[in-house]
Amino acid sequence: MALTKEIISEKITAKFGEAVRIDGDSLDYTAVVIESAKAHDLIKYLRDQEGFNFLTDVCGAHFPDNDKSAQFAVIYHMHNWVDRFRIRIKSFLNAENPVINTVSDLYLSANWQERETYDFYGIEFKNHPDLRRILNMDEMESFPMRKEFPLEDQGRTDKDDRYFGRLPQTNNLPNN
Amino acid sequence: MSQYTPLTKKIEDRYNEEILLRENEDGSELSILNLGPSHPATHGIFQNVLLMDGERIVDAEQTLGYIHRAFEKIAENRPFYQITPLTDRLNYCSSPINNMGWWLTVEKLLGIEIPKRVQYMRVIIMELSRISDHIICNSIVGVDSGAFTGFLHVFQYREKIYEIFEEICGARLTTNMGRIGGFERDWSPAAWAKLDKFMIDFPPAWEEFDRMLTRNRIFMDRCLHTGGISANRAIEYGFTGPNLRAAGVDYDVRVAEPYCSYEDFEFDIPVGTAGDTYDRYMVRQQEVRESLKIIRQALDKMPKEGGFHADVPDYYLPPKQEVYNNMEALIYHFKIVMGEIPVPKGEVYSCVEGGNGEVGFYLISDGSRVPFRLHFRRPCFIYYQGYTEMIKGAYLSDAILIMSSMNVIAGELDA
Repeated sequence: MALTKEIISEKITAKFGEAVRIDGDSLDYTAVVIESAKAHDLIKYLRDQEGFNFLTDVCGAHFPDNDKSAQFAVIYHMHNWVDRFRIRIKSFLNAENPVINTVSDLYLSANWQERETYDFYGIEFKNHPDLRRILNMDEMESFPMRKEFPLEDQGRTDKDDRYFGRLPQTNNLPNN
Repeated sequence: MSQYTPLTKKIEDRYNEEILLRENEDGSELSILNLGPSHPATHGIFQNVLLMDGERIVDAEQTLGYIHRAFEKIAENRPFYQITPLTDRLNYCSSPINNMGWWLTVEKLLGIEIPKRVQYMRVIIMELSRISDHIICNSIVGVDSGAFTGFLHVFQYREKIYEIFEEICGARLTTNMGRIGGFERDWSPAAWAKLDKFMIDFPPAWEEFDRMLTRNRIFMDRCLHTGGISANRAIEYGFTGPNLRAAGVDYDVRVAEPYCSYEDFEFDIPVGTAGDTYDRYMVRQQEVRESLKIIRQALDKMPKEGGFHADVPDYYLPPKQEVYNNMEALIYHFKIVMGEIPVPKGEVYSCVEGGNGEVGFYLISDGSRVPFRLHFRRPCFIYYQGYTEMIKGAYLSDAILIMSSMNVIAGELDA
């Protein structure tokens, strides 16, 4: 039986209960938010039991306006090629010490993608075989994709956030 | 602060001194060779530190990031319609595919319906870019194995494709083509004429190229049984596109999740068996023929009506002469440029089949006119991880050939 949004959400909720909830932000695919401690288990379960054979993408995100406990996120996209079904898994991490288990033991493709996420967001992947910077140079001290690092000259007025339809960034994160 | 570790040291740490310093009976010993970052044989900036036993590669360590340009960060500070030039520079051998992939992502977020005619025009553009991408890859495989003639011969046709792009959008390599909802202008009669001429001239030239290389003894000896990868391993490494299909897996985004009306066309997905250099070459060779088939069908089925863009005045910039003479157009122009148009909040992931595999865009929108977060899924970056495994045990000259047959594009690798 082909997977549907309902079937898979039901199965995941039955298995992971409180730790998981449906992600309301998604406009397309089924999306769930999982506690960071359970993320590895969920991905392993989806791979082994539900046929999600392909890890399409791993990336990070930074939400400086969120609560301290959920300022970072790691987002996984998984794909079931037999049922042609995609799922998005999001896991929020705290601001002080963003740590999550690696999934590079499940999918080799996660290796560099997690290194990239570490490189840009400083999210640490526990048990990763070779966690070091990948695109930036090794001596770099900051994690440049975090929102507290502005792009370009801040004296410029034509690129002010207000002209882009949003309030200026509130930087409540301490500088790294 | 993490300290820089030289790659040579990283390799040396993996083996004990006994192995590294062992002298063979004939007096030979292992040596370390630095291939790159700027080596004429690697077509781009890739550094590979190789541990070699004579001509054989024992182990390798890769560095990347030499042309990292922080596109994801820049994209967080650019309105949606200014992000296309960034996508151009990912896989610059087939930039229109990236452009269209980005418009499809934005249109998915905004929920815009695209007229059939525009979709077919996009299909033609994407298949043309796929052809130009495969022309480069396969002819470079030829060059790296010692056959320069084929490269010169088919490269003329890449120029012809670029001339078509030039007629459509004014640029050749980094095209910045299209708008939200369609194209910036209708295709000129000259563009259609050039396309028709290309469709007549190119197929025989491609068959000629095929006759020159495919069954050539020297070429086959160089390509067969080098750099093979099994289907399982390829999936684990996150391979997509021709490289995955060469390993025998028939995954293609155009079929698995049709976008832009690909379901209207009849075409085959060529697959290989061994995943070696020869299979990758053969898959690309056949994909060009399939692309031609798709373009022919699109030209036949092309609806007369439908214009060249969707009717979405909220997002599609009005023509300049109307902005000067028409109140409504002026208002829309102002609203679009000043970012007064509300955009839905939410997240979308959209992907297209690029020259190298699944090109994905993961977009988090916070309702403003710039992305809150935009992540590019770059197929090269993901499958280049498998390179180390594929070159182990191969000769140095095969490693060069394996890299060019994988079509690793530095721009896409480093974003």
